[in-house]
Amino acid sequence: MSTLLNPHTARAEEPKSSRKLSRRTGLFAPALLKAALGQAFAMLRPDRMWKNPVMFVVEIGTILSIIYTVYKVIDPTSTQASLGYLITLDIWLFLTVLFANFAEALAEARGKAQADALRKTRQDTPSYRVRNGGTDFDSALRTPNSALEQIGSTELKEGDLVVVDAGQTIPGDGEIVAGVASVDESAITGESAPVVREAGGDRSGVTGGTRVLSDRIVIRITSSAGKSFLDRMIALVEGASRQRTPNEIALSLVLSAFTLIFLIVVAALWPMAAHAEAYMGDYLGAKDLKSLGTDIPTLVALLVCLIPTTIGALLAAIGIAGMDRALRANLIAKSGKAVEVAGDVDTLLLDKTGTITMGNRKATRFIPLGDVPAVEVGHLAALSSASDLTPEGKSIVELYRGMPGTTSTQIPTGSRFVEFTAQTRMSGIDLPDGRIIRKGASDSVSKHVLAHGGTLPPQLKVHVDAVASQGATPLLVAEGNRIVGVVVLEDILKPGIKERFERLRKMGIRTVMVTGDNPLTAKSIAEQAGVDDYIAEATPEAKLAYIRQEQQGGRLVAMMGDGTNDAPALAQADLGVAMNSGTQAAKEAGNMVDLDSDPTKLIEVVEIGKQLLMTRGALTTFSIANDLAKYFAIVPALFAGTLPWLKRLDFMHLGSPTSRSSRQ
Amino acid sequence: MWLLPFVIVSTAVLLSVPVGRYLAWLMDGTYKPPALFRWFERRLDTGPQSWKQYAVSLLLFNIVMFGFGYLVLALQPMLPLNQRDAAFADGKGMLSPTTIFNTVTSFLTNTNLQHYSGEQHLSYFSQLVFVLWNMFTSAAVGFCVIAAIIRGLRGDAHMGNFYLDLWRVVVYVFVPFSVATGILLIAAGMPMTLEPSAEISTVQVASMGANDDGSAKPQVIARGPVAAILPIKHLGTNGGGFFGANSAHPFENPNAWTNVLECVSILNFPFSLVVMFGRMLKQPRHAAVIYTVMMSMFVAMIVWAVMNDTAQPNPALTAHPGYTVKVAGQPDKVIPALGGLPVDQDGLGNLEGKELRFGPSAGATFSAVTTAVTCGSVNCMHDSLNPLAGITPLVGMQLNCVFGGKGVGMVNMLVYLITGVFLAGLMVGRTPEYLGKKVEAREMKLAMLALLIHPFLILAPTGLFAALDWGKTATNNPGAHGFSEILYEFSSASANNGSGFEGLADTQGFNDPKKNLSIPAPYAAHWDIATGLVMLFGRFVPIIAPLALAGSLARKKRVPFTSGTLRTDTVTFGCVLLGTVLLIGALLFLPALALGPVADHLGPTPFGR
Repeated sequence: MSTLLNPHTARAEEPKSSRKLSRRTGLFAPALLKAALGQAFAMLRPDRMWKNPVMFVVEIGTILSIIYTVYKVIDPTSTQASLGYLITLDIWLFLTVLFANFAEALAEARGKAQADALRKTRQDTPSYRVRNGGTDFDSALRTPNSALEQIGSTELKEGDLVVVDAGQTIPGDGEIVAGVASVDESAITGESAPVVREAGGDRSGVTGGTRVLSDRIVIRITSSAGKSFLDRMIALVEGASRQRTPNEIALSLVLSAFTLIFLIVVAALWPMAAHAEAYMGDYLGAKDLKSLGTDIPTLVALLVCLIPTTIGALLAAIGIAGMDRALRANLIAKSGKAVEVAGDVDTLLLDKTGTITMGNRKATRFIPLGDVPAVEVGHLAALSSASDLTPEGKSIVELYRGMPGTTSTQIPTGSRFVEFTAQTRMSGIDLPDGRIIRKGASDSVSKHVLAHGGTLPPQLKVHVDAVASQGATPLLVAEGNRIVGVVVLEDILKPGIKERFERLRKMGIRTVMVTGDNPLTAKSIAEQAGVDDYIAEATPEAKLAYIRQEQQGGRLVAMMGDGTNDAPALAQADLGVAMNSGTQAAKEAGNMVDLDSDPTKLIEVVEIGKQLLMTRGALTTFSIANDLAKYFAIVPALFAGTLPWLKRLDFMHLGSPTSRSSRQ
Repeated sequence: MWLLPFVIVSTAVLLSVPVGRYLAWLMDGTYKPPALFRWFERRLDTGPQSWKQYAVSLLLFNIVMFGFGYLVLALQPMLPLNQRDAAFADGKGMLSPTTIFNTVTSFLTNTNLQHYSGEQHLSYFSQLVFVLWNMFTSAAVGFCVIAAIIRGLRGDAHMGNFYLDLWRVVVYVFVPFSVATGILLIAAGMPMTLEPSAEISTVQVASMGANDDGSAKPQVIARGPVAAILPIKHLGTNGGGFFGANSAHPFENPNAWTNVLECVSILNFPFSLVVMFGRMLKQPRHAAVIYTVMMSMFVAMIVWAVMNDTAQPNPALTAHPGYTVKVAGQPDKVIPALGGLPVDQDGLGNLEGKELRFGPSAGATFSAVTTAVTCGSVNCMHDSLNPLAGITPLVGMQLNCVFGGKGVGMVNMLVYLITGVFLAGLMVGRTPEYLGKKVEAREMKLAMLALLIHPFLILAPTGLFAALDWGKTATNNPGAHGFSEILYEFSSASANNGSGFEGLADTQGFNDPKKNLSIPAPYAAHWDIATGLVMLFGRFVPIIAPLALAGSLARKKRVPFTSGTLRTDTVTFGCVLLGTVLLIGALLFLPALALGPVADHLGPTPFGR
């Protein structure tokens, strides 16, 4: 029961840090706006505009309209539209292009600002490298700094061993091979509370740029300078490595097609209007009868208001905003695609602890066996737990104190504590009066009692099984060679988790609980929490097999993990979210890193992914659907000069610019 | 007034279920052919084909058919069965090369746009060998394509075999249905003969004029193997008439019963194909949604046409108030109101251009039926429909998915489906999927190509011809009505419909101008070539792009159906689909329609020069 030092369960219960990565710069900071505005002008270059076909068409139209305006100044009879009308048109068209650029530039500028903040932590720091490497890590830990080789962090290569002292900055991504230290990771996570990192196990990974607060550790560098996690993070938030996602490509294809469609419609309008001018002019005997239908700047304006500029202008910005939303949730997506895939996930693999249940189990009941009253069982359990600082141990003491008729839990002097070990799976206390009190897993306590010549009470099995089948964990309490009772440890479901799963189910997402518990307990908790399936006594292999099996059926699977042994499953999953507290291997394998190491993030990721797609879909539909209304206002206006009776189509009576040459 | 459309539509709906089941059973290859046929099918079946092989076979077949058709028409004067009659003493000559190109393309693409007049320009041999053959095969091609696409959509390893599909459709579907319909038509009085035109001496002097002695000149009445061609003309939604007057001619449509029969046979397969789609995909509910969406548009189109053409008083007369138009430097132009004219059509509706045996309601209904499913056969003059009623045929061809041509209509609907699914799919927050397959960039590219080509082929040449003398001098009516004529012609060509608004001078006639009964139209060659090209692109691009799309979907892994999946078998989805079709259709064609029928309706009439 080593939950004391488990940073991720401990962290999950802390209030979320307010100093998140993305909040370092406000969206409308003047510096950002200025940079974005400059960038918006720079992006007017045709070779850059070309990448956004919709806005490129607007730009061409603007140029065309400006040319006609100039022409109007030179030759006032060139078009029947007034100069003021043409200039207003130019301004509007230009502002449309500029705004699109500005939206994208602002999103990018924001990323850049974040990247700069991160970059500051990536200065070249001196580090102490162990000469000749070697495998004797413990002796390296004891080597004084003077005996080490001093080297700049940028010169470090993969495989180098470095020693980091308290107060020093960790020079690069790596794994602790010796020692334990508390590390300030606020540069990356924005979280001010230090975390413990130690050699071996799942918390051995350290990130370059973070600072060691206490103790001394030996680190094996796992990525050379320029390729570290921090470097990649900088590249990502900067948008440098932003690639368009498949969905974005498909959508921009659709938008281009709609642009082309409207181009055809508007271009064909010119000769059609010319035809109307010809026959009406013929009929009325007016040779130079003109309508706005053959006025190029007006047709350009019509085209621009029809093509899906709303979404076209914002497509890139939405993509960046998606990454940003993830970032604000303290998630680093390794690509925009990862965020999008999240929206498509069919199956979520969720760890029981921390996601579905509160991090810790709590004692909820004492069941007496034989003639000992429940209070006495509680007393013995509390005594045996007095030195147990795990949350389970504390909860036993708390439960006992809350019972009526309790006596002091003060431990008599001269008592000897027996620590919990993985081998004995028991803990307890040897009192000075010779009483031996033990509590622990049912099979180990049973063995202990039998070994001391005791017998098992006949109703023991019934009680133990009953507790287990309710999803709780039974702990046996023994005094000497007698089993006195059972402590019931129960998992406490997180509030609102059942509703959350219900919502996920409505979205079509299957939730799978992953737990190390036995199948009986797992089943019961799964039922209480309302998950669709569970993997009990889960091993990394079992997880991997489950993911493969789901994928065989065409489902997309998301999971979260931290340990090195989770790495294959994280890599296999379509969306693997690694916890920042996890090992380097896990972070490498996943396609997102959760800086908060909060297991419930997986659910948030899915929601962000869905919102990203919904925003695009809604904007596109809106953009196209409201075009219909525009027709009813614009078409009559275009033909006011030739076919005045079309005015009846404008049933919304929108004030539309009428041609000054209208002969009515 | 409403009984006729009701009888036609409900009969076709009832028929579509068993026929659709039969088609699915047939195209799935679960039938057992007779021994002789089986032997033949084994020779024909070149093995399972991928979408590319299927498309190549289809194109290859069409290229051969093109050559064959061109040869038959070009050699018309030398070939047998060239009937001789009073007007053409030495038989029919060779048509002008552009007309041959146009006609061959037209029949190859199942369009049957006719820049010629059957009784004047074609020999019986051309009618039987060229027209009839193409009517069977070109109709079957669209049918094969939808079957192949369905196989792709359901994820079959291959898309079937084009030649085998073609054989099945022609032999087991078109031939038996045509024979049965033909017998009914002959029984109703349709001619079936190889005798040349009859010469009849009338007692009264009629339009033929009188001889010097005052007796009536003999009347020449064209006839021929009409009943051979008529059934497949409708069943295959071909529409190319034996006579220039098409189904308004008493020999092509003898009475009210044959009128109903012809309408039902036009609708039969387009309706049934939706049922087949559902059965072959095992998605009957999805097909029912599509059927309902198509049907609601179809019923609206019929109601609109019939309402506007039978309204009393006739809106074509009353809708035009008097206008006073001020013209700079000239006296005001006064356009009188039309409503005051002493025309009384009360109780009749708009009779102009209608076959009086059938009346306005039957004409309007027929016009909606024939354009919705790209048949192109007509029983009234579409040019004479009231301007607003004329929107129905235009919209039918422009949407081209209100059941649409056999196979092709369903394929067009698929393109709208994919577009609708894409937009709606995004809005539920998932990568869009259709029938369990993810719709991604490649699919959208192909769908958009198929979607784009149709409006491009209509609007671009309409604009071109409207601005130039090619179109301006060809229209029979001035003003907006003339514009409608041009718009209609290209809509008809691109939709592979083949009906004409008429009134457009696009007939070149025989290569030797002396053989023509009337003077060739000055820009007929331009029309021949332009519409010919439009028909070709309008046929093969929207066939091959969706075929590739289905091929691409077929290769994808099936995504499991979850409660988060966008359901394609609900009322909601029906609304999405209907909205997509109507919205895209309106965005594409509303300005053109405003300049054509709407301006025609709102503006002043008469519009004399």
